[in-house]
Amino acid sequence: MATSASTLRWLAACGSVVLAAAVRAEPLQSVLAPAGPQAAHLKDLWDVMLLVCTGVFVAVLVAVGIALWRAPRADSSQRASLPQELGPQRGARRSVLSAVVASTLLLLFLIVASVFTDRALARLSLHDALHIEVTANQWWWEARYDDAQASRMFNTANELHIPTGRPVVLTLRSNDVIHSFWVPALHGKKDLIPGRTSTLRLQADQAGTYRGQCAEFCGYQHTTMALLVMAEPPAQYEAWADHQRATAALSQEPQAARGRHIFMTTTCVMCHSIQGTDASARRGPDLTHVAQRQTLAAGALPNTPENLERWIRNPQHIKPGANMPPSDLPTDDLKALVAYLGSLQ
Amino acid sequence: MNAGSEAVRRNSVPPTAADAQALEATWRDPPGAMGWLSAVNHKAIGKRFILTAFGFFVAGGFLALLMRLQLARPENKLIGPDLYNQLFTMHGTTMMFLFAVPVMQAVSVYLVPLMIGSRSVAFPRMNAFAYWIYLFGGLMLYVAFVLNIGPDAGWFSYVPLAGPEYSPGKRVDFWAQLVTFTELSGLLEAVILIVTVFKLRAPGMTLNRIPLFVWGMLVTAFMVIFAMPSVMLASTALIMDRLVGTHFYNPGEGGDAVLWQHLFWFFGHPEVYFIFIPGLGFMSSIIPTFSRRPIYGYTAMVLALIATGFLAFGLWVHHMFATNLPEMGKSFFTAASMLIAIPSAVQIFCWIATLWTGKLVFKTPLLFVLAFFVILVLGGLTGVMLASVPLDLQVHDTYFVVAHLHYVLIGGAVFPLFGAIYYWYPKITGRLMSERLGRWNFWLFFIGFNGAFFPMHLLGLQGMPRRVYTYPGDMGWSTMNAIASVGALMIGVSVLIFIVNVVRSRRSGELAGSDPWGGGTLEWSTASPPSACNFEAIPVVHGAYPVWEPRREPTHVAGLAVNSREVLTTTVLDAEPDTRMPFPTPTIWPLVSALATTGLFVGSVFTPWAVVWVALPVAAAMTAWFWPKRQDTNASVALERAP
Repeated sequence: MATSASTLRWLAACGSVVLAAAVRAEPLQSVLAPAGPQAAHLKDLWDVMLLVCTGVFVAVLVAVGIALWRAPRADSSQRASLPQELGPQRGARRSVLSAVVASTLLLLFLIVASVFTDRALARLSLHDALHIEVTANQWWWEARYDDAQASRMFNTANELHIPTGRPVVLTLRSNDVIHSFWVPALHGKKDLIPGRTSTLRLQADQAGTYRGQCAEFCGYQHTTMALLVMAEPPAQYEAWADHQRATAALSQEPQAARGRHIFMTTTCVMCHSIQGTDASARRGPDLTHVAQRQTLAAGALPNTPENLERWIRNPQHIKPGANMPPSDLPTDDLKALVAYLGSLQ
Repeated sequence: MNAGSEAVRRNSVPPTAADAQALEATWRDPPGAMGWLSAVNHKAIGKRFILTAFGFFVAGGFLALLMRLQLARPENKLIGPDLYNQLFTMHGTTMMFLFAVPVMQAVSVYLVPLMIGSRSVAFPRMNAFAYWIYLFGGLMLYVAFVLNIGPDAGWFSYVPLAGPEYSPGKRVDFWAQLVTFTELSGLLEAVILIVTVFKLRAPGMTLNRIPLFVWGMLVTAFMVIFAMPSVMLASTALIMDRLVGTHFYNPGEGGDAVLWQHLFWFFGHPEVYFIFIPGLGFMSSIIPTFSRRPIYGYTAMVLALIATGFLAFGLWVHHMFATNLPEMGKSFFTAASMLIAIPSAVQIFCWIATLWTGKLVFKTPLLFVLAFFVILVLGGLTGVMLASVPLDLQVHDTYFVVAHLHYVLIGGAVFPLFGAIYYWYPKITGRLMSERLGRWNFWLFFIGFNGAFFPMHLLGLQGMPRRVYTYPGDMGWSTMNAIASVGALMIGVSVLIFIVNVVRSRRSGELAGSDPWGGGTLEWSTASPPSACNFEAIPVVHGAYPVWEPRREPTHVAGLAVNSREVLTTTVLDAEPDTRMPFPTPTIWPLVSALATTGLFVGSVFTPWAVVWVALPVAAAMTAWFWPKRQDTNASVALERAP
C-alpha cells in the first residue's frame, strides 16, 4: 500500500515534470509555477487530477485498442448476429459493470479531492492581513491600500506591491463591466462584477514579480489589461508603502516645472490625480508615483520616457479603443510633460 | 363511383407498381420554382437544412482560420481588436446557434421518419417554416457582419458589456435577435420531433425498439423545450434593456448582472448536450452496423441518454465559479458536473463491448467514430477537471477551456457527424462517397485537430486567457500558438477534401443500392434515395433491427390511401395502430409567414413599433396558411369511416 502510494506520487511528479518541460517554465504567468500557498494547493490538485485522468484515458484507449485488435474482420455483406444468437454475454456484462463502478469511485475520489482543496484554500489565516481594494476599469486596475488610519491609505494603479509571508485580502469591485482578477502564480481568478463586491485571499511566499491579466472578456482592450504583483520582503514593502503615502515629488528642475504647469492647464488634469497637487480627478490612473512603475497603460508598454511620449502623443496607436484621447501638444511641451511625469518617483 | 371513392382506393399487400406511382405523385413536392419554394416534404427540407447548416459551418470555420492567422505570431498587426472581437463572437454564435444545434435537427428531420417507418415528419408545414426562419436569421446575422455591424460582445453576450451603456449601436441587437430566430426555429423543430417519434412510428416499433439515434433526438427535443425558453427570456430582456430602456440587468437601477449569466447558462449548458447527445446517437447507429451485431446494452444506453438529459440541467453554475456565488452551492455543482460523466461512461463502455464482441468492417464512417474514443474521452476528462471549483478558478476563461470545449464538441459531435454523413450519404443520394478521399479527409482532420487544440491545454496552463486579439512575444506562448495555427489550416484542407468528395460522389460515386453497409434499421429497407413517400408500404416492426430480423408476418400495413396524403398514427408506448390522419399539402404560406416574421424581428431592432405594425402581415400570412381548402376537406371526408 505504502509502495503504491509512493509510486503514485512518483508518477505524478514525472507527469508534472514532463508537462513542465513541455510548457518550458515561464514563471511569469503560469499555473504550474506557484509562488504562494493558495496556488500551491491548486497545483497539487492539478497533479492529482492529471494523474487520475491520464490513467483513465490510457485505460480507455487500451480497451478500444484491444477490442479493435482482437475482433475478427468482416465485410458489409456479412450477415449480422442477432441478440438471440449472441447469448447472455456474461463476460461483457461483468467488464462493463466493473468499469462503471471503477469510474464512479474515481469520480467520487476526485470530488473529495476537490472539496478538500476548497477547504485548504479557506484555511489561509487572515491574521495581520494586508487589505487592498482593487477596482477594475475598462482597461486598467485601480488599487487602494487600506489602513485603519485614513491618512495612511494610498492609491496606485496596475502594479501591486505585497509583502511576502503575509496574507493579503483583496476586495474586488468594478466601475463598468465584468472583469476578472487573475494572477496564476498566487491564486485562481475572481470576477469583479458591477454592483457586487467579492474578495480574494492570497499570499506570496517567494519574492518575485508575478504577472496577471484580466480573464473575463471586457470589451475592446480586454487583451491589454495586465497587472504586475511585486512580492517583496516585508521591510522592502514597508519602505515602498511609506514612499507611496508621500505626496508627489516637487521637482525644481525647470523643464519638469514647466511640464507640471502644462499638466495642470491642459486636459491631463481632467482625468488624473497627483497627490499634493490640484489634480484630483479619478477617471484615469493615479499618477502620484507613476515614474516608479514598470509598465504604462496596464502592461501596454515598458515605462520609458520615449514610450511615455509616444503614449501621450497617440494612445490609440498603442492601445486602440483606450479611453485616453490623443494629444496635440507641441513637441516641446510634450517633452516637458514627460520630464515632469518622469520626476514623479 | 364519385371522386371520393376513388380516393378511398387502398393499397393492397404487397403494393403494386401502380400504387407506388400513385404514392409518388401524391407525396411529391410540386415542380418548378414555385414548387421548390412551397416544398414541405421532410426530405427536401431536411436536405436544405443540412446544406445550410454546413454552409454556416464553413463560414464559422473560415472566421476561426482568420483568428488563428492573427494569433500565429505574437504582437501581430493583421487584425485589430474591433474586427477580432467580431470574429470570435461570430465564430461562437455561428457554431453554436447556426451550425451545431440546427445541423442535428436537420439530420433528424431527414432521417427520423425513415428510421421509424413513417411517410413524413409531423407538422410538415411547420417544418418548412422552421427552416425558413433559421435561414433568414442566419442571413440577417451575416449581412450585419458584412456591413461591419456584426456583434462583438462574445457569443455569451455578458451584461453589462452587452448592455446599452457599453455596447451602443446595433451590433448586440442583431445578436439578440439572432437568438430569437434560432430559438423559434429550434423550439418548433423540437415539437415536430417529439410528435413524430411519439405518434408516427411504424406499428410494432415499441419504445424498446426505437433506434438509439431516435432516442437521442427525442431526449434532445425535450431538453430544447425546457432550456430554450430561458435564453429567449434572457435575450428578450436584453433587447428591452437596449431598445426600450428597461433595467433588468442594470445594477445601478436594481437590476443584476449575474441574472443574465444564470439565465444564459441554464440554457447554455444543456445546449452542449443538444449537440453531444445526437453525436452519441450517430455513434450508436454506426457502431452496430460496422460490428455486424446489435448494440450491447440497449436498455442501459437509453437510460444513460435520459439520465444525461436530466443531469444536464444541474450543471450550469460551473460556468460561473469565478463569480461571488456562495461556496457551498458551488460544491454541489462540482459533484453534479462530475457525475454527468457516468452516463457517458456507460455508453462508452457499451460501445467498446459492442466492438469487442463484433466482427469489424473498417470503412470511413467507422474511422470517424473511433476518433471519438480518443478525442471525446480526452475532452470529457478535462471536463472533469473543470468541474472542480478550485481547479476551475485557475483554468476558467483560458485556452485550456478553449481546448476542452473543442475536444468535447468536435470529438463528441463533429467527428460522429462526419461519420454520419459518410454513413447516410448513400441513402440520401443513392451513391457512395469515395473511400480514398474519405481516408484523406479523416486523417487530415484528426491530425490537424489535435495539432490545433492539444497545444491550447498547455497555453491555458501557461496563463493565456481567451478572447485576446494578440499577446506579447515574451510570454512563451509563441511556439504553441504557431503549432495551433498550422493544425487549424490542416482542418481547413480536410474540410475542403470533404466538400470535393461530397460534390464528386454526387455525380460519379459508386451506386449504393438500398443497403450498402448492411444496416439493420428501417431506413436501409427502402430505396436510396427514398421515394417521395419513403415506404411504398409502411413496415410492421418485429425487433430493434428490423432489417436483420428474419421475415415475420405481417410484414407491412395495408389500407392507407395512395391518392391522398394519409399517415398512420400509432400509440405512444406500444406503437399499436391508432388513427389514419390526413396530412397537409405543399404551400407557399410557410415561406411568406417566415418572411413576415423576419420583417418583424429585424424591424424591431430599429423601432419597437415594428412589433405592432408587422404583426399584421404575420397574422395575414398565418391566416392564409391555415385557411381550409374545399378540395382537401372533401378528400378527408371521403376517407372518414364510422367506427
